Amino acid sequence: MDHTALLFLELGSVIVVLAVMARVALRFGLSPIPFYLLGGLAFGIGGVIPLVTSEEFINTGAEIGVILLLVMLGLEYSADELLGGMRTSAKAGLLDLALNFTPGYAGGLLLGFGAIGSLFMGGVTYISSSGVVAKLLGDLGWTANRETPVVLSILVFEDLAMAVFLPILGAVAVGGTILAATSSIVAALAAVATILIVASRHGDRLSRMALSSSDEVNLLTVLGITLLVAGAAEQIHVSAAVGAFLVGIGVSGEAAHRARGLLSPLRDLFAAVFFVFFGLSIDPRRLPSVALVILALAAITTATKLASGWWAARDAGIGPRGRRRAGAALVARGEFSIVIAGLGVSAGVSDDLGAIAAGYILVMATTGPILARVVGRSSVP
Amino acid sequence: MVRIEETQLPGVGVRYEFLTEDGERVGVVHHRGGRREVFICRADEPDTVALSLELSDDEAHTFGEMMGVATVAERLGDLQQSVEGLAIDWLGVDPDSPYAGRTIGDARIRTRTGVSVVAVIRDTAPFPAPGPEFEIEADDTLVVVGTPKGIAGVTGILTVG
Repeated sequence: MDHTALLFLELGSVIVVLAVMARVALRFGLSPIPFYLLGGLAFGIGGVIPLVTSEEFINTGAEIGVILLLVMLGLEYSADELLGGMRTSAKAGLLDLALNFTPGYAGGLLLGFGAIGSLFMGGVTYISSSGVVAKLLGDLGWTANRETPVVLSILVFEDLAMAVFLPILGAVAVGGTILAATSSIVAALAAVATILIVASRHGDRLSRMALSSSDEVNLLTVLGITLLVAGAAEQIHVSAAVGAFLVGIGVSGEAAHRARGLLSPLRDLFAAVFFVFFGLSIDPRRLPSVALVILALAAITTATKLASGWWAARDAGIGPRGRRRAGAALVARGEFSIVIAGLGVSAGVSDDLGAIAAGYILVMATTGPILARVVGRSSVP
Repeated sequence: MVRIEETQLPGVGVRYEFLTEDGERVGVVHHRGGRREVFICRADEPDTVALSLELSDDEAHTFGEMMGVATVAERLGDLQQSVEGLAIDWLGVDPDSPYAGRTIGDARIRTRTGVSVVAVIRDTAPFPAPGPEFEIEADDTLVVVGTPKGIAGVTGILTVG
């Protein structure tokens, strides 16, 4: 068959399969992320239908997917919300970090990933999926509940923690000497701080200057700048993901609102490609040997997320029902855990990291929303 | 006048709410895209939304008109937008406040904080634009306009003198 025909047939069948899976996920009120991962596992090495021709496109698409996920994460909250979140939710945020990072990190150490490699596992178990959580709050009608500001402020804190954590992981992933890693971490953190301060003081004015009345111009401007900054960041050994995240934080006000609307269909497409790609890179035959580890981590970190949400809500004076909901809303892990695991896999931490992370996210992205629904139903007064 | 509480919901929008006389929490979530969500919580379970109603921008305006009042939050927003850094607040006067039973002039609010008392609400009757000779009573609510810092100062004056 001719190359173009084969390429389109392969890509077309992948995307159609994703569409079917997303539809199934929607039907059951679940996140599509675990389904995309499953799709990737099925198509990949040792899977049902191996992809050959479209591999290059999927590789590039996956890289773009990571960048779009991160720029959208940055766009989600304004610099003021992030700085405000640091002050108001520091206690709850730090507890959340301690409770949920530790199990992954300890697990990594036990599995022999080493002190640095285990950082990736800690990141995977720490960060809740802000996409899944936001959707849950809307779907379950929890937006106006009294515990919701608590849940959101924990997400904001996690977002901020990512701003510090990603440069560190990025530097570790790119490798090199300790000196090189340290200098790129310092450079990245300085950039994070500068962008936060500049965006908080002058963000609105800068964004207004860049804003055009044409959606087309806005889309190309934001996408172009994001890719440029991501590329430059990668070049100076501060992972492209961090660069994209910084662009997202820097854009604020009306421009951020517009950019979110314009980028989200692109994000949906390329993030799905990224999830598939991550699934593709994992040999499903490895999963059975790590199944126990996955289940243990899932059980422990479900409990620790429930605990951190419960405690934060209690600290804010919320009653028992609200405390349970706050915990349950936060359980889902998803896109950012995959981003972190992806960095770890490309850094060559361990062959098992990818398989464990994929299995773990499959479990957490599915059970999180289900648990929230169960808690929601049982907490109707 | 009912006191409206404003809560930022990062990534979602802003929530405005108040307590009814019977203790139900009632309010509106202004979603970032302009969608409004009206919600009601029962008095015995203030954490959980018992009923919510989604309204588009247009529907929300119609709803507001039907209620016979312009949305306070919007008017507030306009006011704050026209003068940057301006804040407006409702301050209650405790019975044990040193200025309960004394005049606005005695408290020297404007001299000390730059904040203006634009109205006093007693029971449910408003007294607009009170002069310095206006006597503050316990359980009055002062409507004040000024900088957030100045308003914090007024709170201090009203509680400790």
